Amino acid sequence: MEPIQSATGALSASPVISATGLTKRYGALDVLRGVDLDAHEGEVISILGASGSGKSTFLRCLNLLEVPSGGTLNVLGEDVRFRMKGAERQIADARQVNRLRSQVGMVFQNFCLWSHRTVLQNVMEGPVHVQGRNRHEVREEAEKALDRVGLLNRADYYPSQLSGGQQQRAAIARAIVMRPRVLLFDEPTSALDPELVGEVLKVMQGLAAEGRTMLIVTHEMAFARDVSSRVVFLEKGTVRVQGAPQDLFKGGMDERFDRFVSHFSRQG
Amino acid sequence: MDWPFLFATAKTLLTGVPLTLRLAATSLCAGFVLAVGIAALAGSRFAPARWLAALYVMLFQGTPLLVQIFIVYYGFGQIDFLRASFAWPFLQQAYWCAVLALSLNTSAYGAEIIRGAIAAVPAREIEAARAMGMSGLLLRRRIIWPQALQYGLANYGNEAILLLKATSLASVITLMDVTGLAYRLVSKTYRSEEIFTVAGLIYLALTFVIATGVHLLERRLTPCRRV
Repeated sequence: MEPIQSATGALSASPVISATGLTKRYGALDVLRGVDLDAHEGEVISILGASGSGKSTFLRCLNLLEVPSGGTLNVLGEDVRFRMKGAERQIADARQVNRLRSQVGMVFQNFCLWSHRTVLQNVMEGPVHVQGRNRHEVREEAEKALDRVGLLNRADYYPSQLSGGQQQRAAIARAIVMRPRVLLFDEPTSALDPELVGEVLKVMQGLAAEGRTMLIVTHEMAFARDVSSRVVFLEKGTVRVQGAPQDLFKGGMDERFDRFVSHFSRQG
Repeated sequence: MDWPFLFATAKTLLTGVPLTLRLAATSLCAGFVLAVGIAALAGSRFAPARWLAALYVMLFQGTPLLVQIFIVYYGFGQIDFLRASFAWPFLQQAYWCAVLALSLNTSAYGAEIIRGAIAAVPAREIEAARAMGMSGLLLRRRIIWPQALQYGLANYGNEAILLLKATSLASVITLMDVTGLAYRLVSKTYRSEEIFTVAGLIYLALTFVIATGVHLLERRLTPCRRV
């Protein structure tokens, strides 16, 4: 396909995020052994895998919370620049990374709202202070985002006054007011009580339906099957198998994946 | 009980309160500025800077304040280059010697409080800010320092109270603060029990005011923990 230059300057046919041969090692431990993944505009990719498969590390590499030890990473059309310091690879251009991070939303397992600020202040912080947008306009947009995740009536609460599910929904609102080109979710429901998982998944499903580009590390098999456009199964730091959820979950495509899924349905 | 004598004593001792407060306030402010510097050294990536900070803290926490006051008051006059320096007009005065010793001493404790408060800021919340594109001064100004202030405030309030009480040691180098006046009164009247009791009550009243002030400030600054 011939790449087309879009109005925003990005190549519409080029992937939003492209990782090639991504590796990560901690000392003698190889967490990622060469992961290739292209995420295109509008894709909702569920990243599955057993604990220790490297799925969270991979996601954290995509916005440079972890610096990959090897491989190349292209985010929003920009190659992330690295430099070597001794045997260690480092970020070469901190401003490039900050710029990319401000366009890549991240939702954490433990919500990580700033405890000294109210919900509304949490949501307004990034657009006002990182992106330098007009406080007045941001406030309107923040309230809209909170309304959408059902938390407008909690705008002036502090994070410690909210339930886990409410905190995670606030964290999602905080991510989307940054108008990110892609959203990363790192096990967004794993720290929640079972009865609170649904409210968060519902919000995420709404975002997916909007056509947002999302990468989701999750253990929610039903969500991966019903909502995502592609499922990537990691094992021991590499992509074991990937494909459309309806093909993968039918079974018979990969024996390890089938065993992984059956293990979950037995538990659930 | 000799009420007229107690009232007369209180009246005399209260004239020492402004000096006591001035010593405490000046040392608290100067000590805080120093403490920020020491804490910055302690958090440096440059190892010798961290050693320097650790040495400083160890020296001032490991020796009695009274000895530090004596060294500044009696010792600095023996050092020729100090006598020749611009600082001498200050170091000649007992007041500034006391302020210097108190400031250095409280800065060592203050630096530890600041270091602890910065370390108490949850790493996850800092990571969330980084993931949004914050770094450097913006990250410190918006996320780290406001939270560290909340964590450190109560401890720094304690340090202020300790400092206020420590100013009484300045009386041994001739300063007529509350304790100095009390001591002089005792040597005239030999009624040490009553006089020092009144002095103690004055310090108690002052620390109560400080403690209440810190408490109110804490309530104002930490709405998030008032659930």
